[in-house]
Amino acid sequence: MARITAGVGCSHVPAIGVAMDQGITEQPYWEPVFEGFEKSREWMKEQKADVVFLVYNDHCTVFDASCIPTFALGCGPEFAPADEGWGPRPVPVVKNHQVLASHIAQSLVLDEFDITVMNEMEVDHGLTVPMSVMFGDKTVDDEWPCLVIPLCVNVVQYPPPTGNRCYNLGKAIRRAVESFDEDLNVVIFGTGGMSHQLQYKRAGLINKEWDEQFLNRLTSDPVALSQTPHVEYLREAGSEGVEMVMWHVMRGALDDEVEEVHRHYHVPASNTAVGHIILENVKDQGMAK
Amino acid sequence: MALKKDYEDIPGTFVFDADRGREGYQLNQFCISLRLQKNRDTFGENEEAYLDGYKMTDEQRQAVLDRDWNRLLELGGNIYYTSKLAANDGINFQQLAGLMTGMGNDAYRAMMVAGGRSPEGNRYQSEWDDKEGDA
Repeated sequence: MARITAGVGCSHVPAIGVAMDQGITEQPYWEPVFEGFEKSREWMKEQKADVVFLVYNDHCTVFDASCIPTFALGCGPEFAPADEGWGPRPVPVVKNHQVLASHIAQSLVLDEFDITVMNEMEVDHGLTVPMSVMFGDKTVDDEWPCLVIPLCVNVVQYPPPTGNRCYNLGKAIRRAVESFDEDLNVVIFGTGGMSHQLQYKRAGLINKEWDEQFLNRLTSDPVALSQTPHVEYLREAGSEGVEMVMWHVMRGALDDEVEEVHRHYHVPASNTAVGHIILENVKDQGMAK
Repeated sequence: MALKKDYEDIPGTFVFDADRGREGYQLNQFCISLRLQKNRDTFGENEEAYLDGYKMTDEQRQAVLDRDWNRLLELGGNIYYTSKLAANDGINFQQLAGLMTGMGNDAYRAMMVAGGRSPEGNRYQSEWDDKEGDA
């Protein structure tokens, strides 16, 4: 059967993608950002993941205001990088495991998570930046080393889904994956954050203490963490920090008992605190390698 | 009974809720249209004519023409949409923040490199009111 063995939490700051695309990652400003992903890339290789289930949000790129699904699951064969106003990122098209994706879609709806099915969709930096930091530099002529199932979550039009809903969706995704017959190693990514505010007069807000508590509690206290009200994210972690609800989907899909095997935190990348964590299911450790 | 807006007392912040989304709909739809090169080209040729395609208010239209970034947010714009107009002008997120905060790019960038804006004194509008009272 297919199974989810590990989770990755990761910021998806667009400027990180720009820095990689422009080849300036060794500049003093960027070097400490990327240093923290060196171990992650080694770890990612060791996982030999067949599929990455990638939870992210669109930033008013592919979804305009005419239609705002709370949870949209990518079920089409592939997803091209979108033009976000600067031209598409020069990275590979993302290929889906279409049979697994549609299996998950059906399973989720029957499990009372009424997701939206996307048979055609482009993807923005919310998806491509986590791929780049975890898999390294790739050009449009390369391929990503594994298949990707995108789950796009609305976190722009308030209110986003609650942390509790996201955590429970993670559990439903796990049930869906485990009811799929093919032997597949699935790694789930929850992306976005950490503290940042991009807009208006309070732009630039960073709350390192709050972010670090969030990272600590992902391992030790995930259920209580998932109960964090939206207003706390908005006030403490900035208006765009509320993206972190998406990390609860990742956490919910893992076992209760996980081990933190890597963490990276750095301020700033552009306007944002970069946070990254890798969690492994303790009982699955060593199985994939 | 209306849903309680427990986030309205956060200073210097707009939460893009249903009311703001409704008010800013045409403005935001205009902004997102600029993510495509062909639309950026058409807009660049004649901004006024391009804006005629969107039923935004006179105030919203003027704020677009003026590139009044904070006014756009006050009138229902959302940062992820207005950033498409900024991208059209060659302005990235960090430069945009330098403009919206009134700090300018260099001072804003320096603040971020030094660890960003602290939450201390920036959680509640009352804290900002006190500061303004002192000034």
